[in-house]
Amino acid sequence: MDMGLTNEIVKAKLTEKFGDALLNWEEPYGMLTFEAPSDLNLKVMQYLHDDGELGFTFLTDLTGIHYPDNKGSEIGVVYHLHNLAANVRIRMKVFTDINTPDIYTATSLFPGANWMERETFDFYGINFVGHPDLRRILNVDEMDYFPMRKEFPLEDQSRSDKDDEMFGRGGSYN
Amino acid sequence: MLQNAVTHHIPLPTDSIQKETTTMNLGPTHPATHGVFQNILELSGEKILSAEQTVGYIHRAFEKLAERRPLYQITTLTDRLNYCSSPINNMGWHMTCEKLLGVKTPKRVDYLRIIIMELARISDHLICNSIVGVDTGAFTGFLYVMQSREDIYEIYEEVCGSRLTTNIGRIGGFERNFNNIAFEKLEKFLITFPKVWKEFENLFNRNRIFIDRTKGGGPLSAEMAIKYSVTGPNLRAAGVDYDVRVASPYSSYEDFDFEIPVGTTGDNYDRFMVRNGEIWQSLRIIEQAYRKVQEFKGAEADVFHADVPEYYLPEKKDVYTKMEALIWHFKIIMGEIDIPKGEVYHSVEGGNGELGFYLVSDGGRTPYRLHFRRPCFIYYQVYKEIVKGSMLSDAIVTLSSLNLIAGEMDA
Repeated sequence: MDMGLTNEIVKAKLTEKFGDALLNWEEPYGMLTFEAPSDLNLKVMQYLHDDGELGFTFLTDLTGIHYPDNKGSEIGVVYHLHNLAANVRIRMKVFTDINTPDIYTATSLFPGANWMERETFDFYGINFVGHPDLRRILNVDEMDYFPMRKEFPLEDQSRSDKDDEMFGRGGSYN
Repeated sequence: MLQNAVTHHIPLPTDSIQKETTTMNLGPTHPATHGVFQNILELSGEKILSAEQTVGYIHRAFEKLAERRPLYQITTLTDRLNYCSSPINNMGWHMTCEKLLGVKTPKRVDYLRIIIMELARISDHLICNSIVGVDTGAFTGFLYVMQSREDIYEIYEEVCGSRLTTNIGRIGGFERNFNNIAFEKLEKFLITFPKVWKEFENLFNRNRIFIDRTKGGGPLSAEMAIKYSVTGPNLRAAGVDYDVRVASPYSSYEDFDFEIPVGTTGDNYDRFMVRNGEIWQSLRIIEQAYRKVQEFKGAEADVFHADVPEYYLPEKKDVYTKMEALIWHFKIIMGEIDIPKGEVYHSVEGGNGELGFYLVSDGGRTPYRLHFRRPCFIYYQVYKEIVKGSMLSDAIVTLSSLNLIAGEMDA
């Protein structure tokens, strides 16, 4: 495997393969980050996984995120992939509508994604299409909401002594 | 009829009474009480046909809590992940914040942190390996090494005042300089511990009964380990030499000379031996770090934190006499510091593997999103694969040799 794998090479190869479909390229703190359309997540990961030069065969982390103000793409899944041999990490994000939060599962490529996706489903309600066993994992089965979504406040909202302004956000959401 | 009267969290397989195999509930507590998690086993005689794990009994919503807490209050949450090596979690969190804030820590701070983190690694592995002993029927080793864990906890006490949930250090460094008693206790530990650990190894490493009980049990191949995102000693026992301390050095690990022990078959014995090897390497690192710390003289020897007034509580006497210090003190305690916008992933080599922190900040005073990559949660998935076909008693050894910590699984 090529030990000289850099962010530029990864970006060039991905752009060559998927063209303009991949958006919002960034490098916060040195980690190449991009956004993929929700129907392409598996194809992009498959390419990153299978291509000899890219070789991102290790799924470090998979988690969810919620931006209630981004209408139409409120819910996101964030993947951290790692090429262990060349020691390069990348971050891929996929966003979807909160009303149809369907994302293809990564379990066929990474069996270890199983519980990570269950956890993400448990807390954000993301429906991982094709997941072998999509059940809640940390919360009770009877729970009927997804607690990490921003509309579920941590504290009693009738309290007036602690509003979002105290957390530096001017009460823009909730 | 009777079985219908009980509500099962996982329903019993249909016809489980009529079938020839046995369904057994291993748990809900760990058979050796390491935490609360349950295993439903399908047995044919004593052989395991399949296993189904449940976690989540002590979920405490750390990630949700973190969204309403200023950075320094999140440190106490990290304590309660892998509580056998809390200082590593604390330091990992501080370093994540420092990365986001762009804080550069002085070398002396890095070395002091390394001493504490490696002590934590020793106390973590020491528990895991001695528990493997207990679960194979050898209680002596466990009781014997407890004294060494006590020695390590006493060093923590001198540094931060607490023992198990340490909340050690601050963003930018430590809350106070190490006192002489801490260094004296460290010196004493460096002399006494190698003898203790040598003796522990003499009890186990070539012990015929122990080898028969552990060799070949719960084998994890390198291929499967990578597929299941396994990290830490369990991955290295499978023969993959991935260690965050070497792959992406933090806290000046690049200044140290140490080796990464690896195994070949990834069975219970290899996991045990890799942890043993890591304990010796940690000792090596601590010795080097202590020597480096001693080289700082005069004013340099008083450096124990970076210059970050926004995140670092001023000295109490300054709070009473200086306006600036009073303002910072107030702002920090009230959580009135805005965090810069950004997105950062930082990981450290925890006792169980890659402990990652994914922090997204929207410029508020608390994280917008914080996710903990808990190595334990991820690699526990592989358990059902590696116990398939093994004996029930081996499955219990496998459970302990993976070093499953419920606190880290459930967050």
